[in-house]
Amino acid sequence: MWNLSLNKICKLKMYNFSTCNAMPCRNFLWPMIPQARLEIQKERVVCHTRVQRNVNLEKLQNGYLFPEISMHELQHIRKYPDAKLINLGIGDTTEPIPDIVAVSMAEYAHALSTVEGYRGYGAEQGNKALRKAIAETLYKDVQVKDSEVFVSDGSQCDITRLQLLLGSNVTMAVQDPSFPAYIDTSVIIGQAGDFEEKSGKFGNIEYMNCGPQNNFFPDLAKTRRTDIIFFCSPNNPTGQAATRQQLEELVKFAKENGSIIIFDSAYAVYVTDDSPRSIFEIPGAKEVAIEVSSFSKFAGFTGVRLGWTVVPEELCFSNGFPVINDFNRIVCTCFNGASNISQAGGLACLSSEGFMAVCSVVNYYKENAKILLETLASLGLKVYGGENAPYVWVHFPGSKSWDVFDYILEKTHIITVPGSGFGPGGEEFLRMSTFGHRETILEASKRLKNLFS
Amino acid sequence: MSLTQNISTSISSSSSSFLAYSVFPYRNRDVSLPSKNFGTCRCVAIPQEEKTTYKTNVSRNANMAKLQAGYLFPEIARRRNAHLPKYPDSKVISLGIGDTTEPIPEVITSAMSKRSQALSTLQGYSGYGAEQGEKPLRAAIVSTFYGGLGIDEDDIFVSDGAKCDISRLQVLFGSEATIAVQDPSYPAYVDSSVIMGQTGLYQKDAEKYGNIEYMRCNPENGFFPDLSKVCRADIIFFCSPNNPTGSAATREQLTQLVQFAKDNGSIIVYDSAYAMYISDDKPRSIFEIPGAKEVALETASFSKYAGFTGVRLGWTVVPKELLFLDGFPVAKDFNRIVCTCFNGASNVVQAGGLACLSPEGRNAMQKVVGFYKENADIIMDTFNSLGFNVYGGRNAPYVWVHFPGRSSWDVFSEILEKTHVVTTPGSGFGPGGEGFIRVSAFGHRDNVLEACRRFKQLYK
Repeated sequence: MWNLSLNKICKLKMYNFSTCNAMPCRNFLWPMIPQARLEIQKERVVCHTRVQRNVNLEKLQNGYLFPEISMHELQHIRKYPDAKLINLGIGDTTEPIPDIVAVSMAEYAHALSTVEGYRGYGAEQGNKALRKAIAETLYKDVQVKDSEVFVSDGSQCDITRLQLLLGSNVTMAVQDPSFPAYIDTSVIIGQAGDFEEKSGKFGNIEYMNCGPQNNFFPDLAKTRRTDIIFFCSPNNPTGQAATRQQLEELVKFAKENGSIIIFDSAYAVYVTDDSPRSIFEIPGAKEVAIEVSSFSKFAGFTGVRLGWTVVPEELCFSNGFPVINDFNRIVCTCFNGASNISQAGGLACLSSEGFMAVCSVVNYYKENAKILLETLASLGLKVYGGENAPYVWVHFPGSKSWDVFDYILEKTHIITVPGSGFGPGGEEFLRMSTFGHRETILEASKRLKNLFS
Repeated sequence: MSLTQNISTSISSSSSSFLAYSVFPYRNRDVSLPSKNFGTCRCVAIPQEEKTTYKTNVSRNANMAKLQAGYLFPEIARRRNAHLPKYPDSKVISLGIGDTTEPIPEVITSAMSKRSQALSTLQGYSGYGAEQGEKPLRAAIVSTFYGGLGIDEDDIFVSDGAKCDISRLQVLFGSEATIAVQDPSYPAYVDSSVIMGQTGLYQKDAEKYGNIEYMRCNPENGFFPDLSKVCRADIIFFCSPNNPTGSAATREQLTQLVQFAKDNGSIIVYDSAYAMYISDDKPRSIFEIPGAKEVALETASFSKYAGFTGVRLGWTVVPKELLFLDGFPVAKDFNRIVCTCFNGASNVVQAGGLACLSPEGRNAMQKVVGFYKENADIIMDTFNSLGFNVYGGRNAPYVWVHFPGRSSWDVFSEILEKTHVVTTPGSGFGPGGEGFIRVSAFGHRDNVLEACRRFKQLYK
């Protein structure tokens, strides 16, 4: 993954650098681009501002992971224009949204053209009825109040808003491997320290290794204290769901250390067994955890954009100040509410009919997961996940994950995601997402069987 | 949640004593709010009858602690909501928060309905969209608003609104950047700057945050800052047509601004959310000014054009020519932010945006904008006829009324108490807004006419 940084630097050749004669500005030319200098002389002089680039952005090693995967996809398509590419890479939902949900959004949109149905600004925290429905439907037994639910346009945005809330002086821990947004936003906000080439890690982040050797749950005895602990379960990318016991350990650990857990439950609805679907199932969690979740993988809302964050009233900073008050301030200042149309769709998802309908789509993806899991296991590959999440995590011991990614792409025209894109703990692994039309999944299975048998 | 009647404190995004935090539902208690001299209330360890409250060991973000009060507009909403039960028979009219009121034209809503329906079909379903926005929409934005200005489709980043874009821009610039704002200005610029850690502490006497350059805009200087007196800042937030003053900068003024930015190596963040309200030949985009592409980016919104305040759609233009000190293109970093901290505007909503920019959609938007502009005319005429000095209104949906020598929160309260009309006190937009009231021109015609009748009664 890191050799992509070379590609990125080369792309910068496109941009013209030159000292603007009108201003006393310094010019840092990228060392790799002597050619660009020659090109510049033919062009007109361009001006730089005197605004320093944010050093935190400089620390990011590459583009965000998923657009990088898309770039590989495009390159492959150019190379093999006739190949039927199968995308098990980016975890993008593929099945249509149930009628009842789509119709509710259509009707809401239509109503906006009427005097009675028109709505302007909504509450930044979200539509009251939707907040209530989330609390009552999805947190039925754990007593989350509707006032603790903040509706958003999705987890990726919420994670950034939480980082803004927490600021640059907090320390954080992540599972390794983990969803890249946690680390990347941490770097952008300025929490992460410098990148260390040798380890592939940022100096100030605590990486909690999760692998087959520890049942994909970190050894907390070896984990140093940080202010914030990002924990995703069911996990992206490993597909592992933490047990009740493990989450009790995590909550205890957070309590002892006075840390705050940010629990990402975006895949909760994929849980098949009795693993907890919310951190708040664990007693005491309300005093140590925030939960982030999403309609994306639950209702196919990856393009519609809707999610939520639960901030319990009990959660306090060290000076006793309620975290919820500051989060509310962030939401009112840096955000203006999720789209009212998307929220209407969300409400329909949580009606009894709607809920059944979206769950049947989830079950479709879970069936896909089963098929892929069985295929890969039958080939003698070491496979994890897939039972409680729409991701299958395949181990290729001794291999570099980008090499396996390239090999599979070249030979089967299947896009996956190399494990090292999720952190050094993902090296040797490959993530396959189980979204897709059934025929696509079956075709992918066929091709993988051909390749590996 | 209740406010005690004693509250008559000033509040603004930069004023001292409002106790917004304690009003937010917190442990189901009616928190009784101390008097105005208390200073900022910190909800520290409110005595509990129950067991001691557990506290984590995570320090509160010091930047959040610098904020003096809640964000301005929720505060206005709170005041309005507190007023309603006091006068249950009064018909409260809201000319405060700039919220659109007229239905969205059908050509636009039907496109969104259609897209919603399409999502339930195999051929019509789409998942993640490009974080930068759907190509046809980006192209339509360029051709509608930036034709002939040398802006390309890939300079456009579609978003869920200007307020969100402003924060993402702040995340992009980072805590080391310094900012300048007009004074008065839209509170999100200052507040997001505080949150990012770019500012110093709030200075009570000046009603300003340290490290922000406030560029006074008032009747004396034609609502354009005297740039010879302005200290250099990395980022200059400039909104035209202006919220709250309603003033639109002339071509000469913007040429001056661009020159100033060039001389100082600064970046202008140009907020053009009200451009369609311009009546005369004032520039609608900063990119109409030669050289602007090297010093400015522009943020805009469908909110006040298409009534999309709840639907959520906007965009930011970052020209390729805009470079940091080391030559790195700002657009590249903004793209990274958009890919990492955002996941695109809603696809259904973007379909609506595209319909807005069809010929029929544009006509429809012009009509709605025209309607609000007529409201603005009515409000302006009213205050003029009452002998007030009135500004704005011609090129923006805001009328800026001068009440010399009076506290704007006092005037706000007086107007609310006596006419049941909600406005916005000028000091909520910064110390330069003291002595002014912002009356927004959004509203059903009969409400606007009724409000004006009441104003005439009060101030005759």
